[in-house]
Amino acid sequence: MKVTTYDIQRQMPDSNGRFGPFGGRFVPETLIPALDQLAAEYELAKEDPRFQAEMDGYLKNYVGRETPLYHAERLSQQFGGRIYLKREDLCHTGAHKINNALGQILLARRMGKPRIIAETGAGQHGVATATVCARFGLKCDIYMGFEDIERQSLNVARMRLMGAKVIPVTSGTGTLKDATNDAMRDWVTNVRDTHYIIGSVVGPHPYPMLVRDFQSVIGREARAQILDREGRLPDYLVACVGGGSNAMGLFYPFLQDGSVKMIGVEAAGEGIETGRHCAPLSAGSPGVFQGSASYLIQDNDGQVAPSHSISAGLDYPGVGPEHSWFKENGRAKYVAVSDAEALAAVRNVAETEGLIVALETAHAFAYLHTMQEEHLLKDDSIVIINCSGRGDKDMNTIVRELHLV
Amino acid sequence: MSRLSTVLNDLKSKKERGLLCYITAGDPDQNRTIEIACALAEAGVDALEIGIPFSDPLADGPSIQAASQRALENGMTVHKTLEVVRAVRAQKPSFPLILMTYYNPILHYGLEKYAADSAEAGADAHIVTDLTPEEAERWKLASIENKLDTIFLVAPTSTPERIKAVSKLCSGFIYCVSRTGVTGARDDVPVELADTVARIRQHSDLPICIGFGISQPVHVRKIGAFADGVVVGSALVNLIHENRNSPDLLTCVKEYCETLKSATRSSQA
Repeated sequence: MKVTTYDIQRQMPDSNGRFGPFGGRFVPETLIPALDQLAAEYELAKEDPRFQAEMDGYLKNYVGRETPLYHAERLSQQFGGRIYLKREDLCHTGAHKINNALGQILLARRMGKPRIIAETGAGQHGVATATVCARFGLKCDIYMGFEDIERQSLNVARMRLMGAKVIPVTSGTGTLKDATNDAMRDWVTNVRDTHYIIGSVVGPHPYPMLVRDFQSVIGREARAQILDREGRLPDYLVACVGGGSNAMGLFYPFLQDGSVKMIGVEAAGEGIETGRHCAPLSAGSPGVFQGSASYLIQDNDGQVAPSHSISAGLDYPGVGPEHSWFKENGRAKYVAVSDAEALAAVRNVAETEGLIVALETAHAFAYLHTMQEEHLLKDDSIVIINCSGRGDKDMNTIVRELHLV
Repeated sequence: MSRLSTVLNDLKSKKERGLLCYITAGDPDQNRTIEIACALAEAGVDALEIGIPFSDPLADGPSIQAASQRALENGMTVHKTLEVVRAVRAQKPSFPLILMTYYNPILHYGLEKYAADSAEAGADAHIVTDLTPEEAERWKLASIENKLDTIFLVAPTSTPERIKAVSKLCSGFIYCVSRTGVTGARDDVPVELADTVARIRQHSDLPICIGFGISQPVHVRKIGAFADGVVVGSALVNLIHENRNSPDLLTCVKEYCETLKSATRSSQA
């Protein structure tokens, strides 16, 4: 199905949490009442001016919003066009993840849940969750794959410093998907007093909607900022996609702007052809995984296949259901770049703009090469890249891979 | 009447509780799964749940997670699980066989084709752990088409509206989860369980079987006072794993289940 202009009238998701054929709720029965409660509470909060004022206040004075829209002049000279960066790396904790963690903890407080759990891959969502838990004095347990604990040790220390317990996950492949399974198991067990802060636009309804809405502040700001600076809408939005929360946050407020092309960049890992990647939209197929119907990487027997990316935050075999819907209806385009291309982009952005970006974020920057090769970047083209996070947490990997010491 | 309902009705008329057991297909291997299944029938187990392993079993605790992982490493698939069913069915024509899995493997197989193939292999019913009534319309139709019972789960957190919705789609029995949590043997029976069962009975006449955390005859006797049957899974999976290299594997599995079964005959309130 191809649609050129997005159907403005249709509210997505529908009441069953469906984005076209994607989304929904595929979880054990025990969790359904908690999901109903969360959805109902969110509807109330949305209409409550006090909740909105509270949220806006913390976003401004605690997170540090609005974040700048920065004209990357030297990158623009290198690749062509006018390239702007939405500086989510300047958010408190160093990535966009805190926008959602803040929104969800305010909901948890409204629901009177004293304990918070979360999964984390790169550790950015874990840090964001640990941060808001410290700020509001809630108990916090973070599930993290043992392999990720290794590659993101700095973030593990940050979480511990803020009083969170980091629980190593050894089941399965010991990465983000297994951490998510274990967080779900914890939630099934402790659902009555625990809120699960899912970190991306994935999982059962209402999470994909909830996380999208909390991250949409990125796109709302960027849209106003670019209109102010350039007097017109951008031609391209580019963002990396693991679960897809920073991309959805940037894309969503531009949805009805038919002239704005949206590009989501997945991780091709060692290359799509090697099978060692995490690019479900580029190379996967529809299925049901961790609570929703969406594209995923699976084998011929419907078993979820192990994923690989140098970036822990993208190392996930699934993706948000609304991204699957955008792929299906043509509203966004999804591509993939490899570990090597992402690493080269880390170096290039550091050298040309003085910005050390996260390995996840570097995937979006790496796609500039392809845009240049395909002559997509005319002199007057406007591109906004979501600079979703900073790279401090990745320095161990970057030092090793780029032989910096 | 389905094979499963027949057995559960017979038990009711004998004033006996049902013992249902769970094993993971392919753990320790395909052939021994068949042997264990037949041994369980001979030990007096009333119905058997055979788990189709899934890579991401988010409703399962450590025992069944590990068993699923071992089974997948052994090359177990949906197709091979149906071969197991076919082989057990050939030897035990009246033994109810319930397949238990997650949604993605059967969705990927093709729901309608899977329903037809599993019925043809000799399965009687399915439990799909991450499928709730709201998402189950297509699966229910495919099951009706192939005369398969569909068993859904009720949890301690289920509201009356949800219990009604689950009861409407259930056939065979209602699977009541003993506690909020994942599968896995526990030491006690939750005190709230009798209440949950009473709440379900207000909305359904179907038999109610209790699973999650049950491993000892004392649990079976306690639960037998208010429910129609129990499901024992993780404890049996552990026993099989511990004795996988023993020549006495089948004997010890049988003895364990015989002990549990005799508790179903002495559990009337």
